[in-house]
Amino acid sequence: MSEQTWLALAWAVLSISALGIAMGLGLGWAARRFRVEADPVVEQINQLLPQTQCGQCGYPGCRPYATAIAAGEAEINQCPPGGSAGIKALADLLGREVLELNPQNGQEKPKAVAVIDEQVCIGCTLCIQACPVDAILGAAKQMHTVIESACTGCDLCLPPCPVDCISMVVRPPAITGWQPARPAMRVVAASRNAMRAGAG
Amino acid sequence: MRLPAREQAELAGQRLYHFHGGLRLRHNKEVSCRSPLRRSRLPPRLYVPLLQHAGEPASALVVPGQLVLKGEAIARFEQPVAGFLHAPTSGSIAAIARHAISHPSGQEGLAVIIRPDGRDQWCALQPVVDWQTAEPITLRQKIGEAGIVGLGGAVFPTSAKLSDAHDKTIHTLIINGAECEPWISCDEMLMREQAARVIAGAAILQRATEARQTLIAIEDQMGEAGERLQAALDAFQANSRHDGRNASGQEQIRMVKVTTIYPEGGERQLIQVLTGLEVPAGQRPTDLGLLCQNVATAAAVADAILEGKPLVERVVTITGSGVHQPANLLALLGTPISDLIEQCGGYRQDAARLLLGGPMMGYALSSDANPMIKAANCVLVLNHADIAAEHPELPCIRCGECARVCPSILLPQQLQWDIRNGLLADASAHGLDACIECGCCDFVCPSQIPLTQWFRFGKAQWQQQLQEQSAATLARQRFEARELRLAAADQQRQQKLAQKRQSLKERRSRQPGDET
Repeated sequence: MSEQTWLALAWAVLSISALGIAMGLGLGWAARRFRVEADPVVEQINQLLPQTQCGQCGYPGCRPYATAIAAGEAEINQCPPGGSAGIKALADLLGREVLELNPQNGQEKPKAVAVIDEQVCIGCTLCIQACPVDAILGAAKQMHTVIESACTGCDLCLPPCPVDCISMVVRPPAITGWQPARPAMRVVAASRNAMRAGAG
Repeated sequence: MRLPAREQAELAGQRLYHFHGGLRLRHNKEVSCRSPLRRSRLPPRLYVPLLQHAGEPASALVVPGQLVLKGEAIARFEQPVAGFLHAPTSGSIAAIARHAISHPSGQEGLAVIIRPDGRDQWCALQPVVDWQTAEPITLRQKIGEAGIVGLGGAVFPTSAKLSDAHDKTIHTLIINGAECEPWISCDEMLMREQAARVIAGAAILQRATEARQTLIAIEDQMGEAGERLQAALDAFQANSRHDGRNASGQEQIRMVKVTTIYPEGGERQLIQVLTGLEVPAGQRPTDLGLLCQNVATAAAVADAILEGKPLVERVVTITGSGVHQPANLLALLGTPISDLIEQCGGYRQDAARLLLGGPMMGYALSSDANPMIKAANCVLVLNHADIAAEHPELPCIRCGECARVCPSILLPQQLQWDIRNGLLADASAHGLDACIECGCCDFVCPSQIPLTQWFRFGKAQWQQQLQEQSAATLARQRFEARELRLAAADQQRQQKLAQKRQSLKERRSRQPGDET
């Protein structure tokens, strides 16, 4: 081969390599510069959990349970407050089979709030320490009370109470929060077409 | 060239536009307009529900056995703004007990039960003496104290709406007399028989909001009501010119006739007809410098300011093929519906269903023991011929009729699919919240799918889901905050321990030295 051919070949190799290096550097820079914090799967699972922080799943809170699911250590059917709807949402997210709620973890029941019988409370603060969301207010030898809007109904305050003055109460829905029923059959006015005067 | 929205809104009523879709319906209003408006008789008991407004129920201010005069405050509510409920007549409080309360859920609720003494004696009334020169804020406060809520159906406290309008400096007040739903004629009768009250109320509302102009929108088919309203308007303007009170130059009240097409009386639809503008989703008319008030609300405002009377009665249409003598009655709040029907000749033999509201947007009542409430514009009794057997619903054939008639320019069939499959976030993204539940899509659906019911169901479900989500977020934040706090406390304890250990060690290392 002549010298000219070699030169041409060298040019070709060099220019393509230079282009490759330049593009590689560009991509590398862009990957750092425009890096998007991916939503880790733990976070996505945690979003679907009801945040009751009750520990019925066997983990000390919703996030630890989410971490365990993500690591493959826990099944998706261990959360009674989330119930079957929660299991379905987790199955959808993770591409797994929908399972029945594991009865060892508890039963699905309506959301309740803790209520302290203030006549009986001795002010021992044990329930305050047990509450995972700081929803109980009080101090030593002072009356305690539950902040209902913050209570998740986790039942964790029940066992430590030495005088059994806490009960779980299911609050009936207020009339302003009523839910219309899912439509089933319909009633149609027979005179519907007679009611119409002309094309609208 | 297109003007910016607010400037175009200022030209409201100068030419008329159209809104998308809608239906021309046979209005059936004449049957209840034949007999003049009359006052309903005093019933043996009044049942005044504590929930008659948008928001949480009021709490009673009276106790059983207490004597009250007509117009005395008997309950107070805090949500969405503070306001009062008033005794509709004088008498004694028989009880505060659970009773049917004309709620769409059909549930019972607390009601103040009043045993009238028959004298119907007003408490001391304090009108605003010279409203033309009174401060707008005084007028708004008085309207709030009088317990006035939007009588077009939304029952949102009027004073709050007025304050919002005043804060956003509106230019045009629209008095909505376009009562488009079939059978209902209470607003038409009010304008026909008490036109002066409506005009006075409009002028007061204009003063209370400091709007530059007021448009009274009525339908072109309301012949006599329109004439009387115009006459009352001319008289009012001549009078105020004569008084020389028109110095502020703001007394611009005009009447506009709009074509009758359902649901033209909807706030957003009426605004579109008058201005050619759509109120953007998530915004209110006040963002365009407009405010809508119903004619019945205007009349109630006139009573509150000119006579000091709180809202204790309203005009209600008692009509339908199942009632003998359809009519409009001026009824006290709390009057049992059975009593109103009786005064209209009672039920016909074939009466089959009782609705509160019109045939398109009303809801069925399970019993006529339900009382009159502020929101009740119509009691409709349908007969057997009106109500066919329950038709089976057929699958959606994607004909698109529903989208053609939707006044909110939504895709009802798509929303229906979303809600049916539990995809509420999708439904919301497709504009579910903009649905005004007018029932047009239902009406034209060849498969007889109860679309509006689906949308009501979907909206409530979506709201509940949002609430649950925000509760979960709150719980997560509180849990994480607690974890942080505990971790910090633990770390502090560890540090203290380490310090103690250190000092102990130092002391020990010094002590052996001392011994030697």
